[in-house]
Amino acid sequence: MEHTSLLERVVRSVLIALIVLFFLFPIFWIFLMSFQTNEDILRIPPSLLFTPTLSNYAALITGKLVSTAGTLDIAFMRNLWNSVLLSTTSVVIALILGVPAAYAFARFKFRLGEDIAFTLLSFRFAPPLLVLLPLSLYFQQLGLTDTYVGLIWVYQLIALPLILWIVRGYFEDLSPDIEYAYRVAGHSWWRTFTRIAIPLAGPGIAAAGLLAFIFCWNNFVFALILASAEKQPVTVGALAFVTASGIQYGQIAAAIVLSVAPTLALALYAQRYLVEGLSLGAVKG
Amino acid sequence: MANLEIRGLSKQFKTGKVLDRVSLTAENGEIIAVFGPSGSGKTVLLRLIAGVEQPDEGQILLGGRDVTGHAPEARGVGMAFQNFALFPHMSAFDNVASALTAHNVPRDVIRRKVEKVASLLKIEHVLGHAPRELSNGQKQRTALARALVAEPKILLLDDPLRNVDAKLRYEMRLELPSLLKASGSTVLYVTQDYKEAMALGDRIAVLSDRDFAQVARPAEIYGKPATSNVASLFGDPTINLTPVEPLASPTGPKIEIGGASLSLPPGYSHMAGTRCILGLRAESIVVEDAGSPENIPVEVAAVTPLNERTLLLLRTNDGHEILASEPGTDESPRRHGPAFARFNADAVLLFDAASGRRIEPQAA
Repeated sequence: MEHTSLLERVVRSVLIALIVLFFLFPIFWIFLMSFQTNEDILRIPPSLLFTPTLSNYAALITGKLVSTAGTLDIAFMRNLWNSVLLSTTSVVIALILGVPAAYAFARFKFRLGEDIAFTLLSFRFAPPLLVLLPLSLYFQQLGLTDTYVGLIWVYQLIALPLILWIVRGYFEDLSPDIEYAYRVAGHSWWRTFTRIAIPLAGPGIAAAGLLAFIFCWNNFVFALILASAEKQPVTVGALAFVTASGIQYGQIAAAIVLSVAPTLALALYAQRYLVEGLSLGAVKG
Repeated sequence: MANLEIRGLSKQFKTGKVLDRVSLTAENGEIIAVFGPSGSGKTVLLRLIAGVEQPDEGQILLGGRDVTGHAPEARGVGMAFQNFALFPHMSAFDNVASALTAHNVPRDVIRRKVEKVASLLKIEHVLGHAPRELSNGQKQRTALARALVAEPKILLLDDPLRNVDAKLRYEMRLELPSLLKASGSTVLYVTQDYKEAMALGDRIAVLSDRDFAQVARPAEIYGKPATSNVASLFGDPTINLTPVEPLASPTGPKIEIGGASLSLPPGYSHMAGTRCILGLRAESIVVEDAGSPENIPVEVAAVTPLNERTLLLLRTNDGHEILASEPGTDESPRRHGPAFARFNADAVLLFDAASGRRIEPQAA
């Protein structure tokens, strides 16, 4: 690096600053908007100087949207809770199902194994709209429309292939000899799986779980079609801010800040697991 | 009673057959060095015995019990893997202790046993370290300690000295035999270093061409190798192998080599007229300055002093190259140029050219 000239370093810094600005400015602006009234937001030209207000957050948390046209009930906190419940449950179930499956795909060669793994991956290729119509018909017949169970089931389409394929790669990177060494020492297959394979693939499982969580959290179209206001997550719930008396930009901004916060906190927390070295130097090639 | 017995073990991979009906018996407390060139199936054999791989055919008996098809954890063997295979997320102590935790051993007994074996292997000061903080030598000793700590009846060591530096390898080669003897285990020690095999093994099992070419005591392997191939695997420099055809003569069998005629021991007279391979160890060739009926004229082409001995490359009149060694220091008087080579007739080995098998001299 000491060979880079001053010009190179300056250009690089400027480019990085531009990219950061491009991606972070909208978030910054939304953060500011969440403390502004609709009048402040819609003022032209926009100004950085305004009297901050917590009315947007208050409206979201109390669930009472006061506008010129009257008071409107919104279920934002309920939607937020739905998002947490749906995403967490979906990821937990996908981990319980996906991690052993990933291990099986990584360690054992069985008939149609690759085909099954690829079919599971191909669920990610299909556009959701393609499956939504038949799915909503089936869900009506099965009585799964507008239930948490139904949504969590559909969310497996998002979470399971992701976890399966990421974790499989991590298991494949583990030397089978490490597991054999534990078994030769007298431990059962199951103990070896839980004490050796899972801890060593831990960073990969954490990364896959986190990604799956974010993908589930961000999902819009499944919940839009298959759930009503009672069960829908924030992504769909945000539509409620488009009211008869106009679009409530302030509340939308506050809602975005609140709905981004959990995934952001989770990502920051899990970061160290993602960065943590995988090959811990026990095997010499 | 045989502690370890394998019968007609075969194993095939996609790339071809690795072991073909291999049999071996090891007595209680015996150390068998499984020796062979790389890729000869030594590791596969160990993995079959440990249960990490399953054989295509054949049986494995441990302590008289047929364990073929049993899971690795049901066999009660100790194994040290060539790549160490330490558990990276556990301390060295937990790595060693893992061989005991499966068997409901009380914690203070585990501690005592781990510390005992650790002090034996001189790793007690690094027991709290993670594997990534250990040097290669310490990793190797930790892996060895893990295999030893449960005092298994069968100990399988897969080339444990391969990944350690030369100095440590030399030290361990001196320490290991007494350590392994003290453990009382039956040991299968895989190596591709013939010196290690000779230093450690009560017997050496030479694996070559998918089967054991010879299973015998080290001295016998060296002095009476079963085939020319085994002979060439043991010894530094490699044994000289020269195609010859013994001739009958009134004074006993003779061979033509380098334009001169040399006598063979009388026990080989039945080989007259058969194509053979003559095997001569470098140290059984004597280089002389004066010609005689029992030596042949050679040209000394290269002189390599190796401290306690000097390696000589001799070239005969008809272009054969022969390696000889003679005891001597750096200041060997030997110089390039003409000389005469005499073969110690008693040390001559004769192999059948067709089968490669050694020919036993017949009693006179």
